[in-house]
Amino acid sequence: MADLTTEFLGIKSPNPFWLASAPPTDKEYNVRRAFEAGWGGVVWKTLGAEGPPVVNVNGPRYGAIYGADRRLLGLNNIELITDRPLQTNLDEITRVKKDYPDRAIIVSIMVPCEEEAWKDILPRVEATGADGIELNFGCPHGMAERGMGSAVGQVPEYITMVTEWCKKYYSKPVIVKLTPNITDIRKPAQAAFKGNADAVSLINTINSITSVDLDLLAPQPTIDGKGTHGGYCGPAVKPIALNMVAEIARDPETHGKPISAIGGITTWRDAAEFMVMGAGNVQVCTAAMTYGFKIVQEMISGLSQWMDEKGYASTSEFVGAGVPNVTDWQYLNLNYITKARIDQDACIKCGRCYAACEDTSHQAISMSADRVFEVQDDECVACNLCVDVCPVENCITMIELQPGEIDKRTQKVVQPEYANWTTHPNNPAAQAAE
Amino acid sequence: MGNSQTTPGIVAGRLPADRIQENFDDLHPAYAPHEAAVAADRCYFCHDAPCMTACPTSIDIPLFIRQIATGTPEAAARTILNQNILGGMCARVCPTETLCEEVCVREVAEGKPVEIGRLQRYATDTLMDAGKHPFTRAAPTGKSVAVVGAGPAGLSCAHRLAMLGHDVVIYEARPKAGGLNEFGIAAYKAPNGFATAEVEWLLQIGGITIQEGQALGDQITLSGLKESHDAVFLSIGLSGVNALRAEGEDREGVEDAVSFIAELRQTSDLTTLPVGRNVVVIGGGMTAVDAAVQSKLLGAENVTIAYRRGQEAMGASRYEQDLAAQNGVRLMFNVQPVAVHGNGRAVEIELEYTTDTGSGLTGTGETFRLPADQVFKAIGQTLGDTPEGITLEGRKIAVNDTGRTSLDGVWAGGDCASGGDDLTVTAVAEGRDAAMDIHATLVG
Repeated sequence: MADLTTEFLGIKSPNPFWLASAPPTDKEYNVRRAFEAGWGGVVWKTLGAEGPPVVNVNGPRYGAIYGADRRLLGLNNIELITDRPLQTNLDEITRVKKDYPDRAIIVSIMVPCEEEAWKDILPRVEATGADGIELNFGCPHGMAERGMGSAVGQVPEYITMVTEWCKKYYSKPVIVKLTPNITDIRKPAQAAFKGNADAVSLINTINSITSVDLDLLAPQPTIDGKGTHGGYCGPAVKPIALNMVAEIARDPETHGKPISAIGGITTWRDAAEFMVMGAGNVQVCTAAMTYGFKIVQEMISGLSQWMDEKGYASTSEFVGAGVPNVTDWQYLNLNYITKARIDQDACIKCGRCYAACEDTSHQAISMSADRVFEVQDDECVACNLCVDVCPVENCITMIELQPGEIDKRTQKVVQPEYANWTTHPNNPAAQAAE
Repeated sequence: MGNSQTTPGIVAGRLPADRIQENFDDLHPAYAPHEAAVAADRCYFCHDAPCMTACPTSIDIPLFIRQIATGTPEAAARTILNQNILGGMCARVCPTETLCEEVCVREVAEGKPVEIGRLQRYATDTLMDAGKHPFTRAAPTGKSVAVVGAGPAGLSCAHRLAMLGHDVVIYEARPKAGGLNEFGIAAYKAPNGFATAEVEWLLQIGGITIQEGQALGDQITLSGLKESHDAVFLSIGLSGVNALRAEGEDREGVEDAVSFIAELRQTSDLTTLPVGRNVVVIGGGMTAVDAAVQSKLLGAENVTIAYRRGQEAMGASRYEQDLAAQNGVRLMFNVQPVAVHGNGRAVEIELEYTTDTGSGLTGTGETFRLPADQVFKAIGQTLGDTPEGITLEGRKIAVNDTGRTSLDGVWAGGDCASGGDDLTVTAVAEGRDAAMDIHATLVG
């Protein structure tokens, strides 16, 4: 069994699976049970400033998107930060950290954008013995209207400013949690590191309305006939999060900086993908909220098995290993030519590939009277749509043409060397290869 | 040759070889990866899952199914085998319809459970087909344990003890290990020599020696084993067969169902195995169904199960009853044998209707005869000779929760011991739990 021990910002945890700041980490009772179930660390649900705690709505807080068998694909929420007194949380954090010295405890914080507010809370958080803090600059509902959460995260200058305050009044690692509700994720990440953040974590939830009640004509979740946008999370947001993590990992300004990945991580494979794309560890919420804390056991056994199969002795050996393979479109090899192939033995003759190609792509699949589907190489542009819609795994595959072969679509001989758009003759801005 | 289903008497080759081959093929074919993924996707990952509670070995079923769903069947196999080292065989022979699958929330809600047994087989087959043994032996403890009987309980106990670093000698009366996995159980539930292969795979843990042809009371004695080993685990099964108590039960053609099944399991060419034209099986348990269905699959023209009580009292599950009916076996209830007729060999069986008076079962006096050139007794097995100095509870060896017998240093489990159903999976659990107690005792 591979060793999953992970060191992130000098914080050791027995595995890279942390629970994200959210309802699962709201209180001592949950966090203790999470640790007993095997989670490597938690980011404690966001603390607010001293004073009367926030209040939550008393109607539904969550909305959901389902698959046909009610598999939860996406969840949204309009819950706010902790609604329990600050001192209660601090006392609990102190107790739990004392009892679980080998697990990571990070405290999520969101207080007003004033230096005094941060100066007040940070020493009290430091006194808990927690391993670090995470700045919640991401929450897109409720708190943003009060000038906090994503209202800060959408202004890079604020991020830098608050991060600097935190580094001034707090001695342990500072993680800045980013909102995806922004055009270019690299800017807030750069701003965080400019303020000397130790790491960024992303993504927080995405502004969303999951569904509309067609009787009430109101967004869901509906509270007394009205709804509001909430934060979207769960498996559905993973591709968005994966891209944002990769963008920061490959940005020359932030390349190599620590990232804690969040966004729809449900299985060991999701975690491995984020880590290969540059995340030093991962944070999970919706999977735990859907299936319970026990879900971490599959993540642990799966990641461990994959590492054994690949010969990785430690998670650090593959963190970021795929980042060099993320590039801009213009650098993709235009001489790499493939054609779809249909395995006639595996084909169940549903015709979905034909419908997709004939109606919406390049009319490159033929259909005979007895339902035999075949790829026409002279029309196939290798778009992969047939592969994506085929219900049988590996029935349609993309076969690479070898140099010297003729691409029947263009009638050109496949060239062996790499050539991209920057040097293509059709590119008005093309530069000569020399 | 030239025999057919209607050839009188007990003869071999009633069906052509290819038909027999087909008949004894896997009852439930193995899942292809896509089928396994779709089946696994139906699991809800229930909290404190009812399936897990229903499993005598407490396999973490939601976890192993999720491990299949996430593309790691090898990890799933480890989850299974950690609790049940014979998880491969149990996946094939467990009456899941009365255990895990019966309480699956999807069975309760939709009448269609997650197919836990087949998923378990997919996971364990993946690991075992790769020849991998997922466990390693702890450092040797220098302690030696005798296990008597190489059936499911004995193998389970031996594996756990070996894994914990003890040396184990298994004494087996038969010429081959496996117990009922090898000599009992219908052939179509574990074809292609799976039982034999599983024993070989299990022994990869190391530290286990099997001595065949060693029967307790003959070649070996309990006092001798106690002297030469630090502990003894008895998993001797039930070697006695109940008598029919019907006139003419000694006629040729009247046999024990377990002997017929054992012979069938050890016959490599089933076209050479004789079976009657008219077969009647007396009994209502799994053995009765196994004997009846296999008789039919060998080519018997008429096969009847005659059970003395009503259908609801039958030991074989409804699923097993349906399996018998699908294969053309006739199920008769509330009938008991009174005589086997024939001149030296069985020709007919005389059955009497029964009624439950509330204070017991009695014959109504109304009888009828069925043609029967072969009669199988499947009316339960009993402990053979009681090992010296051992206290019984009812007709089985008395044990506590961890398998301790009345004798110091002697544990027992499986069918020979009190408590639990006589199932492979129960035997595995008892062997495992006794091993843990033996370990605690030896190193404590």
